[in-house]
Amino acid sequence: MSGTMNLKLRVWRQPSAGQPGAFRDYEAKDVSPDESFLEMFDRLNERLIEQGEEPIAFEHDCREGICGACSMVIDGIPHGPERATTTCQLFMRHFRDGQTVVVEPWRAAAFPVLKDLVCDRGSFDRILQAGGFVSVATGNAPDANSVPIGKEAADAAMDAAQCIGCGACVAACKNASAMLFVAAKVSHLALLPQGQPERARRALGMVKAMDREGFGACTNYGECEAACPKSISVSYIARLNREYLRAQVTPTV
Amino acid sequence: MTPDQSPERPCLLAAARGFVGSSVGAKALMALSGLGLIGFLVVHMGGNLQMHLGPEPMNAYAKALKGQPLVLWPARLGLLGMFLLHVGLAFHLNAKNAKARPIAYASDRAVASTWASRHMLLTGALVLAFLGYHLAHFTLGLTHADHFALVDAQGRHDVYAMVVHGFRSPVVAGSYVLAMFVLALHLSHGFGSLWRSLGTSSPALVDALRKAGIAVALAITLGFATVPIGVVAGTIGREVPRLDAGGPPVTELGAAPGGREAGPVRVAGGVR
Ligand code: HEM
Ligand code: FES
Repeated sequence: MSGTMNLKLRVWRQPSAGQPGAFRDYEAKDVSPDESFLEMFDRLNERLIEQGEEPIAFEHDCREGICGACSMVIDGIPHGPERATTTCQLFMRHFRDGQTVVVEPWRAAAFPVLKDLVCDRGSFDRILQAGGFVSVATGNAPDANSVPIGKEAADAAMDAAQCIGCGACVAACKNASAMLFVAAKVSHLALLPQGQPERARRALGMVKAMDREGFGACTNYGECEAACPKSISVSYIARLNREYLRAQVTPTV
Repeated sequence: MTPDQSPERPCLLAAARGFVGSSVGAKALMALSGLGLIGFLVVHMGGNLQMHLGPEPMNAYAKALKGQPLVLWPARLGLLGMFLLHVGLAFHLNAKNAKARPIAYASDRAVASTWASRHMLLTGALVLAFLGYHLAHFTLGLTHADHFALVDAQGRHDVYAMVVHGFRSPVVAGSYVLAMFVLALHLSHGFGSLWRSLGTSSPALVDALRKAGIAVALAITLGFATVPIGVVAGTIGREVPRLDAGGPPVTELGAAPGGREAGPVRVAGGVR
């Protein structure tokens, strides 16, 4: 086959949450530049199964960059070397024949490894439960456009709402901080009229939940923005800080 | 409603503890204390630059400062408070951040962060170590008691001569310049970062402040460094004779009417 390459993969293997793990080396053979990183793993796993070995556990769902399930740290970078790209959308043309690639799970106390490259991201769900919602009156659906929203606010809210909750920000942060995730969630609701009733409570509650889950604090490194597959800006973190400080002096009902 | 959103406001003390205990609140306090310390550094550097003007302005300035205990002591206490808060939170946050990533990556890459941002604790701790030495040297007079005891012709603490003698040692001058370089690294990230910790989110403003931060860091540290460099280069303190040179006395004890009640006063050639 012409144009294919062989890679050496060094993959984190861990049988289960409590047990120790270690790196193991694998050969990925005849890798096409047109296949995705996950497809390469699929074919490697097929081979492992044929050889009677335990396949490598990794998470994936949509495989089109919108669900946030895929989660591999590739050569030290969450989702690999391409900017604004999820692992499932990372294509092998960005790698060289003969290259050694180190693949690890997200590393954070709040994201314990369950197996191999799969970690438990339930801490994000619990942060969302602490405030990532709006209250709506029940009844008929409101008329479209009955609540006017300025173009700038709508754009900024939509940019934040792009967050797919993959956790790459945590994985990339030297402090394993979840500030970019929380900032995106708090900001997109704080910018919209629908988010106003819970605005202060949301900021307080989500930051509190974030700290309780054991994420680190923000040092403004900027690694999260660089790793984010949706390129969510660190300026949302500053906005979260402002929302949190503002909530200190806002009476919450 | 989840328990996080209990409607009553907690009492003020509990609220303060919750604020400091939260990562966002702690960072806001680090930013405020850092800003306060930067303010102090600017004033302090302004004072130091008078070394370039000669002994008279420098010693008069030092005496004027000492002559205002009602300004000096609250300022010193405020400074100490900001410093303790900043350092305490630095270690608190660092422990928390280390706990948040108990297992390190086998292959760890920095894509966007600067060296300075990743080594704030190191540069901060070096600044702390330098500060201990600096206070022992010039504020408490422990390292060079003879320089500290100097008195000028008007009976004032001869700050000018003290500094000149201190920096005539290339090792001392070099360590001050080096410490200022470390401080520049700390501030090159710190100044840009603090505004974001306090909620400045406009990307244009943040970028301008980040650039301003590098300029502020350079201005402060170069400003400080001109004094030891000036002494070594001989542009400062040419009028101060070497302590061991046996030249005319640096200071005249007794020439000062009602001079300071200092201990032994060093003049050229010995202690009187
Ligand atoms: C003249 C003295 C100092 C000044 C002017 C100063 C200034 C600053 C500023 C402005 C920041 C940025 C705060 C933010 O990101 O919001 C900062 C951060 C920091 N400072 Fe200092 N600092 C000083 C001394 C120290 C000392 C003695 C230490 C201690 C060991 C220290 C440790 C730190 C650390 C670890 C951070 C980063 C915290 C984080 O973002 O995780 N600093 N400093
Ligand atoms: S699998 Fe859905 S984003 Fe990658």
